[in-house]
Amino acid sequence: MNAPFDRPLGAAPHLQPGVHVGRPLPRPNAKRLVAGRGNYVTDMKLPRMLHAAFVRSPFAHARILRIDVEAARAAPGVALVATGEDLAKLCTPWVGTLDHFKGMKSEPQLPLPLDRVTWSGQAVVAVVAESRAAAEDACELVEIEFEDLPILADLDTALAPDAPRLVEGFADNLCFRSSLESGAVDDLFASAAHVVEADLAFGRHTGVTLEPRALIADYDASVHALTVHHGTQTPFQFQDLYSRHYGIPEGRVRVAAPDVGGSFGVKLHVYHEDMAVIGLSMLARRPVKYVADRLEAFVSDIHARDHRVKAKAAVGADGRILAMAVEDETAIGPFSTYPRTSAVEGNQVIRLIGAPYRLEAYRADLKVVFQNKTQTSQYRAVGHPIACAVTEHLMEKAAAATGLDPFEVRARNLIPDDAYPCQSLTGYKFEQLSHEACLAKLKTLMDYDRLRAEQAELRARGIHRGIGIAAFVEITNPTPAFYGIGGARISAQDGAVIQITPSGEVRCLISVTEQGQGTEAIIGQIVADYLGVSRDIVRVITGDTEVTPHGGATWACRGAGIGGETALQAARKLKANVLNVAAAILQAQPDDLDLVDAEVVDRAGGTARLSLAEVARIAYFRSDTLPPGTDAQLTVAHHFAPSGYPFAFTNGIHGCHVEVDTETGLVKILKHFVVEDCGRIINPLLVEEQVRGGVVQGLGAAFFEECRYDDAGQLVNGSLADYLVPMSCEMPDIVIAHMETPTRDTELGAKGCGEAGTAASSAAALNAVNDALAPLNAELTQIPMTPARILKALGAY
Amino acid sequence: MAGAVPLTLTVNGVETARMVAPRTTLADFLRTDLELTATHVGCEMGACGACLVLLDGVPVHSCLVFAVQAQGQRVETVEGLVASGALAPLQQAFHERNALQCGFCTPGMLVNAHALITKGTVPDREEIRDAISGNYCRCTGYEAIVDAIEAAARKLNGEGAE
Ligand code: FES
Ligand code: FES
Repeated sequence: MNAPFDRPLGAAPHLQPGVHVGRPLPRPNAKRLVAGRGNYVTDMKLPRMLHAAFVRSPFAHARILRIDVEAARAAPGVALVATGEDLAKLCTPWVGTLDHFKGMKSEPQLPLPLDRVTWSGQAVVAVVAESRAAAEDACELVEIEFEDLPILADLDTALAPDAPRLVEGFADNLCFRSSLESGAVDDLFASAAHVVEADLAFGRHTGVTLEPRALIADYDASVHALTVHHGTQTPFQFQDLYSRHYGIPEGRVRVAAPDVGGSFGVKLHVYHEDMAVIGLSMLARRPVKYVADRLEAFVSDIHARDHRVKAKAAVGADGRILAMAVEDETAIGPFSTYPRTSAVEGNQVIRLIGAPYRLEAYRADLKVVFQNKTQTSQYRAVGHPIACAVTEHLMEKAAAATGLDPFEVRARNLIPDDAYPCQSLTGYKFEQLSHEACLAKLKTLMDYDRLRAEQAELRARGIHRGIGIAAFVEITNPTPAFYGIGGARISAQDGAVIQITPSGEVRCLISVTEQGQGTEAIIGQIVADYLGVSRDIVRVITGDTEVTPHGGATWACRGAGIGGETALQAARKLKANVLNVAAAILQAQPDDLDLVDAEVVDRAGGTARLSLAEVARIAYFRSDTLPPGTDAQLTVAHHFAPSGYPFAFTNGIHGCHVEVDTETGLVKILKHFVVEDCGRIINPLLVEEQVRGGVVQGLGAAFFEECRYDDAGQLVNGSLADYLVPMSCEMPDIVIAHMETPTRDTELGAKGCGEAGTAASSAAALNAVNDALAPLNAELTQIPMTPARILKALGAY
Repeated sequence: MAGAVPLTLTVNGVETARMVAPRTTLADFLRTDLELTATHVGCEMGACGACLVLLDGVPVHSCLVFAVQAQGQRVETVEGLVASGALAPLQQAFHERNALQCGFCTPGMLVNAHALITKGTVPDREEIRDAISGNYCRCTGYEAIVDAIEAAARKLNGEGAE
């Protein structure tokens, strides 16, 4: 929050007004971060602040028979110890279902469990003490007696007809089931020249934000008010939740997010400990801080993916994919996450499969299955990497079956660039995409023909290189149809308040939030251009429910497309107000004036008439000199909700170039290529870094990252030494090229780009490895593609 | 503080004396006792590099060092290196190249990069990737960080930017 003015110390370089949007301008707030002046929740302390630690379940599923906290209560520095019952008196339960997901079910949740634990690592008892160390010491004194319950450790166990039910009274272990069917699926399969099949498995991985989850709850009993300093993406969502579940009027709950050390979807879900900390502060009547350590993050942050997909495609003799049929089974943990649910990922998988292509028929069946592991939910590019890998794996098989080049088979199947608007068989409405142009651009960008020639030459020398490509669409700019209609109080609209200050500077308070993507930077660029000032006098403030207007904030790639449009419209409104006041002062017509670089000028000819600072001075301090009846509103509030198309789809294509060492199973990622079309680009520097960061998260999923469990439901690699994440030496340079097809639903025309990198990179990597191994008759059908799995595919053991 | 022991060391050029519990890590000591919160903690096991500081001029993981082990030594954190201007070329290059997103890894990156580029030679990209291979960044693709370090190294070692 609080991007500072980016005024250089020397003379201000003169930025041409109206040219901020589209330029690779560095982020003003990054200067604070490179100066060590970041202010993260982990850094904050409040007077009389206490620290919480949690006693966690060692069992994946067990009944709680007895809890003894007396010794912990008496330990040095301990302020209070709370169990599930203590917090249940303050907090109402929550249920992670959405109304529009018919038949969805999930057990009610409380901050701490009353009588049963459902995953290993679940917090059971909270200890609040003068320091985190004292709280942890006292945690060791808590005695809990457990009785083992049967563990649902994998999909097959949970889906077996006689499986023990995870929730007593539920008819089965399904959280949600859904199916789709469109077109003559069976006929097309019966008559197709080829039927290709795939059986793919996608490991569980997790967000691993470098700053773990952190919050400080500060309840003030004297006024029955709560302030929460929270490392979150979505302050208003938490304001609503804390208010409703703890019975504090909304207006007395403030959620403020300062600098946030990474989020990627991890920091918008409700976590039990976070909910507990609110109650702990109410009980202690003092501020309480909780920061997950890395081990706690691994067992309690949401995990993601964990899908098993069986898929087949009917392929014509010409390589045209006629139909697809898929079954997705996904395991989500013991309950569905609140308030966004754990069913969205599977739902998006079955709806996004085949999305870039012209299919004639499609059938899908989805099972979302409970199990005794950490909850899964939305993480960067929800469902996209799975849908993309399934589709693109089938595409490669279609190419192989028909003898076509991977580029050619895509060219024959992609939705043509002149076929829009159109609708997918799963109901997605596409306004205008650029798949064909992106495909052509990627081929040039990769220097594809040269890579193929080089591949053949190196193969002769026993060097196995592979080339993989994968096309994608990315869901961005969601309308209220996404959560609102399901009954979740998650806003699709955003709000901005923009003000000319008495000195003639500009303050913009906006509901979209910053976690390093550059939200504040691009909002500043947009306001500067559409108001008519230079960027360096615009201050953008985000992330505090007490300060900014209500809005959805940053998720599902809506910051630029929705937040940006909000800022644009607000800036336009404010400009009209400024010109009205200026016209009153100058006895001119507002339409004859313009605001350029903070000067009111004659629209015709551009002669400077009055500075913005002078307009502000008169409006604020000498309104007596304005003509009677002048409405001098130099602050405007504006809200914008997307309408029109339900989503603005970003599209693009990735290429991955790898070398597989068939002796060790190690893969060197030589280079990765992305062509993406996120509509109007506000700041290419930021778009490119977003895409690169996204690619690296997708390559992490492809090669390294996996939450591994044993049969007892214990996470066996919950540390940064055991859970592998991409580091600089494993990552390639990433070449990016852009297409720009602005959405016409907004004036700004921007779509999201934050998930474009993750959406297709693991699919491209999977295809690249399989391309490298094709001559050896080996195939990978599981990610991450670890050396062991590669060697296994090669028959090395 | 039960069992606290005296500790004297020099932090960012200032001689500092405190009582600390022997189990306090240098990272916690810097962040909590001295409020030098630029030093971040991401893993507490030497795997992420967010907590790197200079101890007698050498980058060390402050999460793996007990504060008492720094007795009599010189500690420099990002706050001190910024104040002395030592990080200026890196700060500028990181900003211009947008070699950070959330910025949580950045202080550790800067400390490591500083140690690398002040060796007196301009490292190539491979060497830079190798040198920061213990610094985890979840947000960027590392490429911008490599670019920024390369640019700062060239500037510092008297080569113009390309
Ligand atoms: S906190 Fe020290 S290396 Fe991660
Ligand atoms: S910028 Fe977020 S971890 Fe590196």
